[in-house]
Parts: sequence; structure tokens; C-alpha cells
Amino acid sequence: MRSPRWLNPFAWWAWALGLAVMASRTTNPLVLGCVVAVAAYVVSARRPDAVWGRTFRLFLILGAWVIVIRVVLGIAFGAPDGGRVLFSLPSLALPQWAAGVRFGGDVTEPALLSLIFDGMRLAAILACVGAANSLASPSRLLKATPSALYETGVAAVVALTFAPQIVGDAERLRSARRLRGRDTRGIRGFGSVAIPVLEGALEKSLHLAAAMDSRGYGRMAHTSEARRRTIAATFLVALLCATIGAYAALDERIPTIAMLSLLTGSIAMIAAAFVIASRARIRTVYRRDPWRSPEWVTTNVGLACALAAISTAASAAMQGPTTLTWPQVPLIAICAVALCLTPAWLTPLPPDRGAQ
Amino acid sequence: MIRFEDVTITYDGNLAPVIAHANLHINEGELALVVGPTGSGKTTLLHAINGLVPHFSGGTLSGRVVVDGRDTATHPPRELADVVGVVPQDPMSGFVTDYVEDELAYGMECLGLAPSVMRQRVEEIIDLLGLAEIRNRALMSLSGGQRQRVAIGAVMTTHPRILVLDEPTSALDPGAAEEVLAALQRLVHDLGVTVVLAEHRLERVVQYADRILHVPGNGAPVQIGTAAEIMRTASVAPPVVQLGRLAGWNPLPLSVRDARRNAEPLRERLRSAHNEHNQAGAPIDALAPRLLDVRSVSVAYGTKTALDNVTVTVDPGEILAIMGRNGAGKSTLLGTLVGLHKRSRGSVLVSGGDPADMRGPELISRVGLVPQDPSDLLSRDTVEAECHDSDRDARAPRGTTTTILRSLAPDVATSQHPRDLSEGQRLALALAVILSARPPLVLLDEPTRGLDYLTKSRLVEALRTLAAAGHAVVLATHDVELVAEVATRVIVLADGEIVADGTTRDVIAASPLFAPQVWKVLAPQEWLTVAEVEQALGGVR
Repeated sequence: MRSPRWLNPFAWWAWALGLAVMASRTTNPLVLGCVVAVAAYVVSARRPDAVWGRTFRLFLILGAWVIVIRVVLGIAFGAPDGGRVLFSLPSLALPQWAAGVRFGGDVTEPALLSLIFDGMRLAAILACVGAANSLASPSRLLKATPSALYETGVAAVVALTFAPQIVGDAERLRSARRLRGRDTRGIRGFGSVAIPVLEGALEKSLHLAAAMDSRGYGRMAHTSEARRRTIAATFLVALLCATIGAYAALDERIPTIAMLSLLTGSIAMIAAAFVIASRARIRTVYRRDPWRSPEWVTTNVGLACALAAISTAASAAMQGPTTLTWPQVPLIAICAVALCLTPAWLTPLPPDRGAQ
Repeated sequence: MIRFEDVTITYDGNLAPVIAHANLHINEGELALVVGPTGSGKTTLLHAINGLVPHFSGGTLSGRVVVDGRDTATHPPRELADVVGVVPQDPMSGFVTDYVEDELAYGMECLGLAPSVMRQRVEEIIDLLGLAEIRNRALMSLSGGQRQRVAIGAVMTTHPRILVLDEPTSALDPGAAEEVLAALQRLVHDLGVTVVLAEHRLERVVQYADRILHVPGNGAPVQIGTAAEIMRTASVAPPVVQLGRLAGWNPLPLSVRDARRNAEPLRERLRSAHNEHNQAGAPIDALAPRLLDVRSVSVAYGTKTALDNVTVTVDPGEILAIMGRNGAGKSTLLGTLVGLHKRSRGSVLVSGGDPADMRGPELISRVGLVPQDPSDLLSRDTVEAECHDSDRDARAPRGTTTTILRSLAPDVATSQHPRDLSEGQRLALALAVILSARPPLVLLDEPTRGLDYLTKSRLVEALRTLAAAGHAVVLATHDVELVAEVATRVIVLADGEIVADGTTRDVIAASPLFAPQVWKVLAPQEWLTVAEVEQALGGVR
């Protein structure tokens, strides 16, 4: 048994993104189900005992809602594309200017199934993000980011740690309403709790800002104006490239070469900007998370999964069935997803669960 | 080390300064204690030391504050981070990271120390403050005392020469407070750190102070002097000092140890005195229905047991104190009595009904709870609107709450925002809101947190009046002096179980941690409070 330590958060993110690529490239419910199951198992095996470690469930609930909303909206506004009619909704005659928009009407089997599988795909991607979110500590991710991004990162991390505290505050205030003999449910209940909760959150953030200031946050070496602008411009262009590259990765019609060159180009530019910007900081980092074999294993199984997804995406087995039949089993994809289960055993436990 | 030269601090929108013409000099290696009533400007004074006032808080500071040769006018707090370490009132609100070790390193990371230096200093602080067992724990999972020690450690790793603490023990149980004070003692004695701390619970800290800064409030001049000098006349004083003043001891004792050495003649005088408080209360009719009847109640959060098989009853006129460590289940017990927590077994009957099944006026006319932070109960923007709402909630005639509030705190202006009230006034408002529904059972969670002695004695008066009018009062508290003053019965919880249940005298006197100062000074005679001694002496004369 390895001694407990934090796995480098980037490894978890790489792993989760690999799974997410798989989820985004398929509508086969079997594969999607496997992705969610693998994410859930690894989270339960390796999540730390911190607040953000318990967020996976929230992402699953959110995913379930996404499916429901996708199906309801699709049925209400979708166009029938042939196939067996399951049931008919009363359709609404819309005025002339809304031609092309349909409301209600027939719901066919292929349309309904494709809505469900599409919703499942989004839910599975959410589950992957949720898994990364609960496995990788946001503050350790911050530690590992180049110091140029530090200020922005702190804001994000503080927001992340505040969210659960706000939930706690809301709970407390709801029980206080009970003590005043008022109803704790409904819109009125929500409204009267929301304002004090926000007030409390504001007050807390002021306290935190004061504490951070008195502990030396934001001490900085001198930077010239021109240099700051160069850094900002480089970041902007790099992020733009990255966005387009990410879009290309999700769309099968854009050639793979174009996508890869955009992505590598943006990564190179971001790296350059980081190097320039980081020289302006005096900040140092306590106990950087190392990059050893567990990190390599975790990243590589994620990468393998993503590659398997890209190479098999065109095959018919990756599409969900159009009639209510048992879906085909794409062996390569299922094996690749199963491979992503290995970090559940091959990575060290987080320190706060190490004692168990 | 710290020099205030003719410092006047005025906040925006206020005419009167909080602190006027303060001239102070705190030497290196001193432990200076800042005392004064609530709202007198103690926190302002502390925050002026590292420049949070006025750099962060706004307002105007005239005069000069010089810390280790640096003027705070030209050095914002972050530029003083290597000289002054500030531990905020609620340590949780100042934590930036989420694990103990990371938190200890955070300040050093900001200062840009080399990783090898950081490693070494983190290990040193872990040993110095006894944090080895919790070094890998999440900050959220720590107890109050542990959090406070981590917060101290987190500022100490940058090796500041001055440590500033705002009420470090007020939220802690007596045991955890001892832990924190012992850690501070080590820093002062072994490392020569200059410590400035503000505290209301003077009985815990006054004996450690080299000098006292007395901030009387309302812009009156700040006094500085040795502890014994200031305590002779200060507006706030712990019981042992009050006893010393009463008995006319000179020099004035600051600790139980000093007082005991002087106490022999007083004990002699008191020997013949009759302590009328010693009588047991009237026997209670065992068959009459109880006001509160809790039978073998258990409550669990997930897999953790918060209450384990708790049985307790309360009758009208009783004041029951619940004591125990932070996290022993005190707040959970109070919450269960108003139906906030789901019981896994057992029954709770308040005036014959189960509070979990009640809601609205039915609930609040039987039982009222003032939560740990009284402002949780308040949601309107003026005191007047709050009182009006409260009359409506309680279906009471208009003006009921205002009348009750007047009797509890006559000085509250009804046009004020509840957030602008002092801690004591806010507590009075919350209590008035609860009492407007005339519940026979009144519960208070940690009511004396942040209250000075004067406000506390008003609260004691109010609670006694309630009990005399036939209400039953249950309070969860760490404050042994409050328990000694007001409680008729005490139960002690540990890990969700009742480990002691009996009269105040029997329970708290038997415990070295819980015994009040007067008891410790006058043992083996049985006196709990200064008031009892005063009354008895009056009888002797």
C-alpha cells in the first residue's frame, strides 16, 4: 500500500477529461452508463473528506435534471423525423411569423430515444466534471497553476469554498424562521432567507479579504506597464485558440489535423505567457505535488480513453439505437472506459483518509 | 515595539471618534491585554496595529502608529505581514486554504520564502503548538480550540514579532481555552513574542497579562498600566478581582492562587455567616406533568451520534444550564427541543406536545430558542419593523415586543438597524422577539458570547425575572461564572451523553475545570458568586 498523499490535481483533470471526451463522442447508452459508473466508483474510492469532495452527488442530480429538461423541451418543440408514433400531444397552431416553429404534435420513437440519449450524453459529461471537481482539491490545483494566474485562481477557489458555507448559512436561517413561527417553505420563505444569506456572505468575504491582506497576500515585485499588456494580449489570443480548438474537438466535421494544430498552438502560447508573467511574482509554493508513476498512470488511461473515443466515433456501434432494442456493444470503447477504473487502485489515498 | 502617538480614529459618518488621543507604548516581549465594554473600540485598536484600520476599514486616523519602526500610514497590512500576525475573532473566517498544513504555510508562501525554509518552519510550529495529530486534517473538521491554535500557528510561521488576537477564547469551552492560553504562554516566554489580545472573559486571561490597556469607550481616554493598577478601577473586572475589591485586599489579586493566599481572614469572617443560597429548592411534585420531558432521545448526523440516550426533565421556575466541550451536543439538544433535528429514537414533550409536530404560532407559544448568533432571528432593517413582525407572528397585541424590549434594554433606539446594535442589545431584541409569544419554556444557546460583565449582569437579572414568573429557562453555555450566578441545575454532556446531572453546587464544584473563581478561592466553604459573599458579609456586619 502506498503512503497517503495528494495526487497531482492535473492528473485527475486529465483523467476526467479523457472520460468526458468519450462521453461526448457517443450516444450509446451502454458506453455512457459505463462512463458514469467508472467516475462514480473512482470518486468513492479516492475522494478526500473535504467539502468539495462531496460535490459529485450534486453533479449527478444536475445531470438527471438535464435529461429531464432536454426530453421535455425536445418533445414540446421537436420535429418528427419518421418512425413509429408513440403518442400525440395537442399541437398549437402558431401565427404566420412563427413558421418553422412547431409546438406539440406527434412524438415518435426515434425522436424520443435520441432526446434521451442526448440528455444522457450531457449528464455523463457533467458527471466527469463532477468527478474531477471532487477528486482534485481546488486549492491544490491553484498551487500547481503558474503564479501569473494566481490572483484569478484565488477568486475562483474562494468562491468554491464559499458555496458550501452559504448552503450551511441558508440551512441555519431556515431553522431560524421556524423559531419565529413562520413557514419555512415556498417563495416567501426563500426570499426572506436569501437576503440575510447574501449579507452574511458579503460580510464573510470582507473578513477573509482583511485576513488575507494582513497575511501578505498580493505582495508583488515591480512590473512595467508594457510588459503587463504583452502578457494580457498573449493570454487573450491563446485562450481564443483554445476555445476554437475545443469546439473543433467536439465537432466531427472539422478535420483532426486542424483541431490538433489549434490546440497545440494555444497550449504553447499559454505556456509562454505564463513564463513571462510568473517572473513578476515573489510567491513561492510549499510542497508542490510531485509527478510520479500514479500521475502517469492516471493521465495515460485518460488519454487512452480519449484516443479510443476519437478513433471509434464514426462506427455505428457508438450511436444509440433508434428503436427500443438492446444497443450494440462497442468493445474498444467499453474496454477503454474500463481502463479508467484503474486509478481507483493505482493511486495513493488522500492524506485525510489515509488513517482509515 | 508598538507606539501610538496621539492617535484619534473616526469612522466615516460618525461625529465622535472611537478612540481619541491615545498615547501608548507597548514594549517588546510584553503580553498586553485590551479590556473594555462591548463596542468600546477594542477591535479598532487591535486592527490599527497592523494598518487594517484605516487601510481596510476606511475612516480617518490622525496621529501616528509606529510598529517596529514602520509607520502604518505608509505601510499597508500586507507590507507589515512579516512583523505583525493578526488572528481574527472567528478563526474560520480568516482561513484561506482548507487543510491544516497548507494553512500553516500560506503566509510564508505570500512572503516568498524558500520551500526548504517553509518545510522547516512548519515542522517547528507543529511541535511548538502541538498540532502533530491534526496536521493532515481538513480545517472544517477541527474543534474550536484546534482551529484557534491552527490560526495562531498560521500567523506564527512567518516569525512575526507581534501577535494580535481578538477574543481568542470567547467561543471555547474552559478546557480548549486552557490549551490556547498555554500555547500563547509558550510563545511569550520561549520566543519573546509581543502579544496584544482583547478578551471579555477576563477570569481566563487577566493573570497572564503584563499590562492592561483599558478602552472605556465613548471616546474616553485609553488607559494603560500594570494589571493590578488598572483592575482597581476598571469598568470590567473578573470575579476574583471583584472579590478582592469587596474584601479590600491589597495588592489586588489577579489569580485564584494570589487570592487564596489572602483569603484566610475572609474565610474566618464567613465561617459564621449563613449562606441562604445553600438551601435546596422546594421539593418538586413528582407526579405533576413536566414542562419539558425528554426521554431517551438519540440524534445522529449521518453515522455520527450527536445525542445518545438523553433523558432530562425541566419544571417551571427552573434555570437549567447545559455544559460540556465544544461539539458535545449542547446545541443539538436545544435544537431537538424545538423540533429542528430528527430524532432516531426517544420522545420529547413540551407542555405535553411533541415540538417536531408543531409549527407556526402553536410552536412559538410553547417553546422559544435564541440561537447562538441572535441576528439569525432578525431579518428586517429596523428594530421597529422587527418588533412589529414579531407581534404579528405571535398574534400578540401591537406593541408587546417593544414593551418587552424596553424592559430588557431601555437604551435601544427603535429606528436603528439590528446590525448596528451592540451584541448585548441584539441579544435583548432576539429575546424580546421570542418572549412576545409567551412561551413557558425559553432556550438560549451560548448567550454570553461577546458580552461584557455589565451586559451579562443585565442578562442574569432578566433570566431570574423570567424564572420567577414561572418560565423555565434552559441555556447551553461555556461560561462557568454565568452558570454559578444564575443556574439552579446543571447537566454536563460529553459525546452526546449526559455525564452529570444535579444542582449547580454539586456539579460544578466537583469539577476542577468548571468551578467558578469564588468557589476556588473560598473552598472548602461553599460560595459560588461575589453576590452571595457580599450578601453574607452584610448579614455579619
